[in-house]
Amino acid sequence: MSEAATTAGGEGTKRSFDFGRLFRNGTLVTGVGILAVMMFVAIFADIIAPHDPFRANPIARYLPPLSPGYFLGTDELGRDILSRLMYGARLALLVAVVPTVIALVIGGAVGLFAGYAGGVWDSIVMRIFDVMFAFPGILLALGISAALGPGLSSMIIAMIVVTIPAFGRIVRGVVLGVKEELYVEAATALGYGHLRIALRHVLPNVLAPVLVYGTLQTGRNVILAASLSFLGLGPQPPTPDWGQMLGGGRMALATAAHVATIPGLAIALLAIGFNLLGDAARDLLDPRMKRDRD
Amino acid sequence: MLSFIARRALQTIPVIFGVTLATFLLSQIIPGDPTDILLGPGASEEARAQLRQALGLDRSALGQYLLYLQNLVHGDFGQSLTFSKPVSEVLASRMMNTALLAFAAIVLASVLGVAAGTFAALKPGSLRDRALTVVVLFLNSMPSFWLGLLLILAFGLQLRLLPVSGMTSGDGGFVNLLAHMLLPTLTLAAWSLAAIARMTRSSLLDVIGSDYVRTARSRGIGEWRIVFFHALPNAMPAVITVIGMQMGFLLSGAVMTETVFSWPGIGLAMYQAISTRDIPLIQGGILLLAVAFVLINFTIDILYAYFNPKIKLA
Repeated sequence: MSEAATTAGGEGTKRSFDFGRLFRNGTLVTGVGILAVMMFVAIFADIIAPHDPFRANPIARYLPPLSPGYFLGTDELGRDILSRLMYGARLALLVAVVPTVIALVIGGAVGLFAGYAGGVWDSIVMRIFDVMFAFPGILLALGISAALGPGLSSMIIAMIVVTIPAFGRIVRGVVLGVKEELYVEAATALGYGHLRIALRHVLPNVLAPVLVYGTLQTGRNVILAASLSFLGLGPQPPTPDWGQMLGGGRMALATAAHVATIPGLAIALLAIGFNLLGDAARDLLDPRMKRDRD
Repeated sequence: MLSFIARRALQTIPVIFGVTLATFLLSQIIPGDPTDILLGPGASEEARAQLRQALGLDRSALGQYLLYLQNLVHGDFGQSLTFSKPVSEVLASRMMNTALLAFAAIVLASVLGVAAGTFAALKPGSLRDRALTVVVLFLNSMPSFWLGLLLILAFGLQLRLLPVSGMTSGDGGFVNLLAHMLLPTLTLAAWSLAAIARMTRSSLLDVIGSDYVRTARSRGIGEWRIVFFHALPNAMPAVITVIGMQMGFLLSGAVMTETVFSWPGIGLAMYQAISTRDIPLIQGGILLLAVAFVLINFTIDILYAYFNPKIKLA
């Protein structure tokens, strides 16, 4: 029983945690660093932004970067790009993290249920996931967003729906394996209820792969949200949103390239932050997944 | 083999039905009265009632779905508001353009991806190997439409080497088409190229560490020969799986790429449909691309089983 408890909950294994090793992990430090800066900017945008992100200035349209008072220049309405980027960081983090977390919880619960219950329920859930996987990439999100009408909430709903199946499938896969383990059999023999076994013995095993995948998926959702915004399906003007800024700046690429290129750089940087953190988490939490597999 | 194909086909049919159900549901989640979108809010009640009947909106949800299926079987995808003609006509006229771009992108991504992955795997840990890791990370994290804009900026607007929009210009011709294709193909291929390079590298490193490669080395066979005739063919199944998975990305990536480069494909039509809330066209485009994706996967599975007898029993 003691061995079973150790495997299931990780209790009883007192390992001294090597923080020095974490700091020497370049991937982790860079990823966390990028995300920390983004979060700092997002939280303190009110204080550190040099201008009002909404204030248009008709005589200062399309100023190039490093103009006096406008470090990253201005856009088509003469608004300060740096300030809009800073406020935009809030939305960028929100639309990357919130849909991922909600999809993780829903998809995880469905996957746990399907894998644990098995039989007909498992088949039904998996067939629904199969259908959702049949839609390539951004398309289903585009359809849902367009049908619900453009806007932040439609975009988030669309992103949640298309992210659920991946989490569901991962959790189900792990649960199918764990279900056969001796300690689950032992718990069943001891007469524990299904809910208790599922939550206390099966769930902890699912956490590592789900956290790793969740972090990488957050990076993908940064791009997905930016793509939907770029197509005009995200938050509507004048909300400072990176994808929308990029889409708006595209029209002036020949004369003021910075209006489109700078927000694109911010999107890429945020995605890199999550991808690095995900890669590091994969190496640390799940050595079996260390090799490129996604 | 035939029974494998039949079994796989039997699995594919329900998925295609599921796809039609999902695209049908898109029209059911439109908030408010769909006739508002089609006729505008100022339309008379009589006109609305007529349209409702014509579109079958007065039927039950199941009745509407059956009507939708019946129409699909007859090639009727509805009427596009943006183009004022049947959706099927819009899609048919653009299908080949999207397929051409996706095909060119998968060829480019496969060739460059396998080459880059092999190049890096030959010297693991070297400068070029680390450089590949960084490039892969960047390509993976970069929004494709941003990459497209950067390419337009560099090769179109600054260097003035390549056209940046449309499919042909002037008199057209093959060379002209190729010139127009180059930047969109590169943009679309970038993400897949990164995935293929990464998989080639890791799967080749696995194979290079195996016994028969060591044996080949001990027999004094040259390194290049070992890689191309012994290691690479054995690393290929994993790479082919990744290439197959990329097809879906390429079909959906077409929306972004075609929008940035005004490439007259299904993706651009769907982008134009967003601003007018032309749901029938969006539905039709999604359905066509999803079914294409399912059929491509089906074909890849068959080819995979044909070339790899081990999985036939699975």
